[in-house]
Formats: sequence, C-alpha cells, structure tokens
Amino acid sequence: MSDSVALKSAPAAASKAEPWGAKPRRALSGRNIMLYGTLIVAALYYLLPLYVMIVTSLKGMPEIRLGNIFSPPLEITFEPWAKAWASACTGLNCDGLSRGFWNSVRITVPSTLISILVASVNGYALANWKFRGADIFFTILIVGAFIPYQVMIYPIVIVLREMGIYGTLTGLVIVHTIFGMPILTLLFRNYFSALPEELFKAARIDGAGFWQIYLRIMLPMSLPIFVVAMILQITGIWNDFLFGVVFTRPEVYPMTVQLNNIVNSVQGVKEYNVNMAATLLTGAVPLIVYFVSGRLFVRGIAAGAVKG
Amino acid sequence: MTGQAHTGRPRRLLRNLSSKIASIPMMLTAVVIFLGGTTWTVVYSFTNSKLLPRANFVGLDQYERLWDAPRWIVSIQNLAIYGALTLVFSLVMGFVLAALMDQKIRFENTFRTIFLYPFALSFIVTGLVWQWILNPEFGVQSVVRALGWTSFTFDPLYNADIVIYGVLIAGLWQGTGLVMCLLLAGLRGIDEDIWKAARVDGIPMWKTYLFIIIPMMRPVFITTLVIIASGIVKVYDLVVAQTSGGPGIASEVPAKYVYDYMFQAQNLGQGFAASTMMLVTVAIIIVPWAYLEFGGRKRV
Repeated sequence: MSDSVALKSAPAAASKAEPWGAKPRRALSGRNIMLYGTLIVAALYYLLPLYVMIVTSLKGMPEIRLGNIFSPPLEITFEPWAKAWASACTGLNCDGLSRGFWNSVRITVPSTLISILVASVNGYALANWKFRGADIFFTILIVGAFIPYQVMIYPIVIVLREMGIYGTLTGLVIVHTIFGMPILTLLFRNYFSALPEELFKAARIDGAGFWQIYLRIMLPMSLPIFVVAMILQITGIWNDFLFGVVFTRPEVYPMTVQLNNIVNSVQGVKEYNVNMAATLLTGAVPLIVYFVSGRLFVRGIAAGAVKG
Repeated sequence: MTGQAHTGRPRRLLRNLSSKIASIPMMLTAVVIFLGGTTWTVVYSFTNSKLLPRANFVGLDQYERLWDAPRWIVSIQNLAIYGALTLVFSLVMGFVLAALMDQKIRFENTFRTIFLYPFALSFIVTGLVWQWILNPEFGVQSVVRALGWTSFTFDPLYNADIVIYGVLIAGLWQGTGLVMCLLLAGLRGIDEDIWKAARVDGIPMWKTYLFIIIPMMRPVFITTLVIIASGIVKVYDLVVAQTSGGPGIASEVPAKYVYDYMFQAQNLGQGFAASTMMLVTVAIIIVPWAYLEFGGRKRV
C-alpha cells in the first residue's frame, strides 16, 4: 500500500554515502500493523476450532453446562479421552473408538502400500515403456478422476459381491487402490518422465529389463516422490468416509464412520467432552502426518488437488 | 518408443509385454470401472430398479420423479447456494491471504501451517467441530448472550432457512487454505520484473493486483476454480456429520440423496438417476474447461 515510501527513501540513503540500498522498513509501520494484524486475525479464526476441541475435551460435563465453550478448563480431566477411546457407544457396541482406530490402521496401511505400488509401476510404464494405446487408457483414467464417486459406487458393489469380497477389508483396499490410481499415476508418470533419459538408455544397453530397471534404478532414485505419495494416501484414506460406509460392514467400519456414529447417535445424554475427545483422536493421525511432513504435504496437495 | 509398430506385425501384442502386464490394473480401472461403471449407472438410471438392478426400461420416469421430489429440489438449491458462495468466498479469501503471504513476511511457514491444517482433517471432523461451535445452547450464541446481548440469535444448524450457511462456514474453514496455497504458488510464478515496472510507473499496489497480476494468473485461477467446483459437487460427509441433512430436509445435498436412495431406501433407480444428474453437473463444469485448456492448445 505504501510502496512509495521505499522509493523516496532510496535516494536519501544514497546521498549520505552510507551503506546503501533501500532503507530498512521500521517494524511498526502502519503497513506492517495492517499486514500482520490481518494475518493474525485470520490465523486465530483458523486456530479457534482446534482450541475449542482441546479445551472442551479436557472439561467435565458440569463445567461445560455452566461455562462458555471458549474458556479454558478450570479442572483438567482426561476422563473424556479414556471414555472416547475405550467405552463410548455407537448404538451397536460400546467399545469406543479403539475398534475404529485399528480398523483404520488395517485399511490405511495395505491400501497405501498397494495403491502406491500399482500406481508407480503404471507411471513407470507410461513414462518409459509406452506402448500403443497407453495414452488412451491414461486419458480415461484422468478424466475419470473428475467423475463423482456416486456414479461408480454401485457397479463396484456388484463386482465386489460377485468376487465375494463385498463388505470385507480386502474389498475396501481394492476400492482405495482404484480411486487413488488417477492422481498417483499422474504423479509418478510426471516424476519418471523428468528423470534423465540417459540413465534409462544406459541400463537398456546393459541389458536390464522392465522390472530390473524399475527396482534397481527408478525406485532408489525416486524416494521423495514416494514420500509425497504416501502423505497423500495416508491422509486421504484415513479421512475417507463414503467408501468406508458403503464398502464395509459395521464390524470393520473405519474410524471416521465410527466417530460419526458415536457423536450423532441419538440415544443417551450427549457428552460433548467425549465427543470432542473422539473428534480429536480421529483427526490426530492426519494432523501428525501434516505437521511432521510440512512442505512435502504442500507439494502433495498441489499435485493431488485434482482428487478434490 | 512408439514408432516401431510396423516392423513385426505378428508379434505386435508381445512387444513390450512387461509394460503391458504392468499396466493391466490401470487398463482395468479405466475401462471396467471408470468407463464401464459410469455407462452402467447411466443405462440403469432408465430402469425401474428397486432393491436389485433390473433391466426393465421405463424411459425418463426416474428423472420425472426425481425433479418432482421436494427433497431433490432442496438438494439442488442447497448445492447452488453452497457452491456459488464457496466459490466466491474461498477465491476472495484465498487470494487475499495469498497476497498477504506474498509480502515477504516473517513466519511465513507458521502462517501457512495454520491456514492449511484444516485441509488435513476429514470432513467428518470438520463437521463435528462446527456442529459443536454453532450449538445454540453452549456455542457462539450462548457466549454472546452471556456477554449481555440477550436477544442475540445465531443458530444456523437449527434454523431451516439458514442451515446451509452453517455448513458453508465449516466448508470454508476447511478448504480456503488449499485455495491460498494454490494461488500463492501462482503469485510466486509472476516475474519480479512486472512488480518493478509497476512500481516505477507509480501504480498503487491494489491496482497492480487487480489489473495486472490477477489477469496474468488466469490459468491458475481457472485450475483452482475447477478443483473447488468438482469438490463442491461431491460434498457429502460434511453434511452427514454436521447436520445429517436436517433440520428436516433443509440441508440435504445431491450426494446424500444418491447414497440414501441406493443403500437405505432400496430405490436404486432413483439413486442412479440422481447420480447421473451429478455426472451431468460435473460435465458442465469440466467440458468447457478441458476444451479451453487442451482444445485451444492444438490450434496454436
């Protein structure tokens, strides 16, 4: 807004034959107050829900009924956390979120590994071993990424039912592999295409084949992109709700579905502190991945944003 | 590696065999699931399937019933309101934040981390948090009332007229960080010399943004727009968690209509018709974009 300040000060500084260059801006200029003020207000708005979740989960129910949701807890209690983990009721059973957590682990780990494995080989084939017609399949795949899942869900239910794995974890892993494929294949194809072609040619001359080049050259050279893909898949699959609810039975419901059943179950008195503890527990895994991975996460979503 | 097809016709299928075997999952997904599945659903939307899919064609019956259903009309209206406002607000807020972040500020990484963390959370978590914050008995409304303004009313989740705005608040909280990130990447791609030239000419900063930078970022904006828009059409978990479609049917959305008819009301035909309408909506967004993005390039 006040960039003219910088311009005016430049000649003044030069005439004094002092150390030259633009005059350093004062820390408390009007511009900076506006700038950082806006950013801090925005940051508070974004942090507020996290804060509310944390304080609510640490209060007892009597305190929640009396106080306001923004006040810090007078008496800190971890009971809601224990209850959310081990004994909250979903309407079907009362063993808390722990069951959903382990289900989610058993869904996320194989889904992430298999989807990345399949997509990286696909991307490699597209980048280095393109055969006739490969691009047609790839185009369908990318366009397919925009089709609402609701359109394809029922045919998949039929296919899985015919295979006898509808409602099982295996079925869900396959579904995650399918829907992770467009974005991951794109990610790997672009990455492998950008690697120097000489490497590939040299390996070919030395007699290495498809799988040998993949395992010995491509794989070790592309660890960063594998990490990006992992971040993308772990958060995406952990946060999934629709596929969990459509393709699994209540015993194998992932954590998000279980959480929703706990919080939105109609029977019993609402225990807001337990609900918030449960919500935080479910959000914890992607949040940890997010905070640990930092810039790589940004890179992942920039590539994966298409997944929407 | 593609031009060698004419040399050995008989063994064409075997050439590059490993690559073809490795691509089987991709080919199956593309052809069977994406192409086949979509076609199947569209075809069966013209049948009167109830509990099980049945190839008993009844023309446009399902679509007539769909557009006669008050719940579907409400869903479409909600999607239109939610979609239009999400587009406007997330683009404006996202751009303002990105422009602020681009002022060579300190603690840029901290701010980015804060603005983007909601995006790492699921819609279920988002919906439940905002359900709690907007709870009229304990949340924002009661806090403001406790401060002395006793007639203050803000209970979007319990008021059918404004419930969709309650969902919108949560949706914006979750998604604006992503828009900021994408636009910030776009801003960083602008040549520094443009800024210098504008400064030399004495153009105020806001004018530079409005008339020079934003027009230059058109491709970035369009991509962002497509990403937001295709996300909006899919909105489902957020509503399920925050309002369960209530009060009454006031916050229903198309994706929820599809799920409920397919898996709970045992009325597959309606579900297929509704999901086909979702597909049409996406096509309306995607096709012009794809045409501009890829169709235009060929002519150059």
